[in-house]
Amino acid sequence: MSNGARMRYLSAAAIAGASALVLTACGSGGDAAVGGGSEGGHVTLEFAQWWEPELPDGAFRELMDKFEDENPGITVELLSGPYASTKEQVLAGAAAGTMSDVVGLDGAWVNDFAKQGAIADLSALMADDGFDDGQLVSQVQVDGSTYMIPVVNFVYPMFTNDDLLAQAGVDAPPSTRTEFQDAAEGITALGDNTYGWVLPLSLEAPNGVQNDVMSWVWASGGSMLDDGQPALADNPDVESGVQFVADLWDAGVVAPGSFTMKEQDKVEEFTNGRVGMMIDSLAHVTTIQEANPDLQFSISAIPAEDGYTGERGIPYASWGIGVAENSEHKAEAMKLVEFLMSEETNAELSSIANAFPGNTESVPDFVEDNELFATAFEIYQDGYPANEFTGLPVAEELMRQLGEQLQKSLNGDQSVDDALAAAQEQWESEF
Amino acid sequence: MFTSHVERPVVAPTAGGSPGPDRAAPAEQPPARSGWDRLKRRLTPYGFLTPTGVLMAILMLTPIVMVIWYSLLDGVITTKNSAFVGFANYAEVLTDPVFFTAVRNTLVFTVSSVVAHFAIGLGFAMLLNTPLLSHRTKAFFRVIYVLPWLFTVAIIAVLWRLLLNPNGVVNYLLGSLGITGGQTEWLADPSTALAAVTFINIWSGYPFFMISLLAGLQGIPKDLYEAARVDGATPFQQFRNVTLPQLRPIIISMALLDFIWTTQQFALIWMTTGGGPINATEMLSTFTYKLAFSRYEFSVASASAVVVLLLSMVLAFFYVRHQKARD
Repeated sequence: MSNGARMRYLSAAAIAGASALVLTACGSGGDAAVGGGSEGGHVTLEFAQWWEPELPDGAFRELMDKFEDENPGITVELLSGPYASTKEQVLAGAAAGTMSDVVGLDGAWVNDFAKQGAIADLSALMADDGFDDGQLVSQVQVDGSTYMIPVVNFVYPMFTNDDLLAQAGVDAPPSTRTEFQDAAEGITALGDNTYGWVLPLSLEAPNGVQNDVMSWVWASGGSMLDDGQPALADNPDVESGVQFVADLWDAGVVAPGSFTMKEQDKVEEFTNGRVGMMIDSLAHVTTIQEANPDLQFSISAIPAEDGYTGERGIPYASWGIGVAENSEHKAEAMKLVEFLMSEETNAELSSIANAFPGNTESVPDFVEDNELFATAFEIYQDGYPANEFTGLPVAEELMRQLGEQLQKSLNGDQSVDDALAAAQEQWESEF
Repeated sequence: MFTSHVERPVVAPTAGGSPGPDRAAPAEQPPARSGWDRLKRRLTPYGFLTPTGVLMAILMLTPIVMVIWYSLLDGVITTKNSAFVGFANYAEVLTDPVFFTAVRNTLVFTVSSVVAHFAIGLGFAMLLNTPLLSHRTKAFFRVIYVLPWLFTVAIIAVLWRLLLNPNGVVNYLLGSLGITGGQTEWLADPSTALAAVTFINIWSGYPFFMISLLAGLQGIPKDLYEAARVDGATPFQQFRNVTLPQLRPIIISMALLDFIWTTQQFALIWMTTGGGPINATEMLSTFTYKLAFSRYEFSVASASAVVVLLLSMVLAFFYVRHQKARD
């Protein structure tokens, strides 16, 4: 081929390629692909989630294979990624109307997706399917309708370093706030950069507000909401819980670096033995044991206000599930939801995930095999799962706003009451 | 054995007086081109540019136009029927006190970074250009100095989070030397956080200046220095009157580019402080990101993005004008 001919050929190819791009872009704009496909009566369900990468290799695919065997004519295509990218993918899908048929959801996203009309009303789908929702541990609702079902729950109990507690002269994990403060002060007094408690308040990942601050309120039966509306200011339960956190801060028993600390930093501090107590996900038990096999630690209920005898709320995070409103195969999608929530499958999934089941009848294997998990399961059953951020609008932003006000308060710029009043005002504008 | 082969030109040069082909046969001039041929010839360059133009329109122009359009609507993406609200989103952004905190922080962060990048980059470039060090020594330092540039932002953020941790190496060293108490919360303290992220950005960005200035230094003719020495110029006078003027075009180009890039720094800030504590490191980039992906206010975020675009275009205008002046 001569140089001239080659140039003409390349130019033509480039123009053809560019034209194809334009045509593709125009085509997809007019008729967006909607989730999975259907061919000759065979349905392919797309399932976008972050669960598969967090489970042992192949374990989740095996469950899907089992579903496919039980439901001939339905194939499940797993779209898996890390949590953050799944969130972005689901968000983009919601905006473009191309959300996968079935999606893994975090409770913090539900309100926005439901208001946007991106996820389907599961109450209606469950009714059509004849699914008994009495077997569900919890449901995430917006305006009285269910939009997310928690498949498995990861609870956040208190972890205590037994050796540090013993060195501080504390015989048993604290069960009241006073006991907790005494233990924290005792551990901090040991010196050598050791602190009683760790409090992550990063504004990048602000879930410390939920798990490490509001957990004190929920553990004593308090609530940050009143009839679904923000109730941070003039709420004795919230004031008491947040003031307790501020008192711990003022007492100097909180590990330094809180304002930029994230959940993984918290776990690292505890794992390295620099912190005596933390509130953390049960999902990290294996991580801690593998990273520091010598660390002796226990799991207990989060301490409550002195004299409190009621049920204790225990914070939790869920792997939730929902169905896309744009899905053309909602009935088939509901079959997958039903399969995951069935007693047997849910027990199996919670066993491999080290989580608690979303089905009231399911009992995971680890409860019998592992003493720590057995204790946690007792705490879970004695109290109630509490996460009031689930289902709220812009839940992560609410955490960030309260976190920022709390940072100002801990930094000495304002009182706890002022912080709660300021956060209340910000929250009201978001609701 | 190597043999050279020189192809002789088919047409002999005309410099020796021998007639060229056109002059040799004036009667054989090609017939006048038709209008179609002229048009085709004129359009040919545009034909070659078309693929690039189409790609730029799809990948650059369309998103920009979409964002500008979004900034004039209310509730884009989160609602199906967005309403046209004119400049209301711009008013919301420009009346938000956090926006001005972000502008101030971005300016402090950017100006400090660019000035330090220049000063450190020039210092190291001159060190690597000096004839006083052996080639081997210079090669060693060249590798050391360029290292920060080889790390990705994620690695830099993780590395410095570990180093600046209250229990990290920096505090250990400073505490051991008695310079600080050894418990400074560099990134978590509102009074030190902005300085800490600026320091990290300076550390990670100076090699860009260093390499560019080193190339510039190596291009300065030695004659100029010899002439200056003959005239009795001191080393400082040589630096001020020879080196700096010779490097001026590079310095201005690098400074403008660095200014534009640094104003848009997002990943480093997000991964180290998330814009906190208490807005201490809030930048225009993190402010816009939070509006979009934390509050889902894509319309207001678009307005904020357009404001950032306009500010960047002012800088880009100066950059392009400078480049044109050079040409």
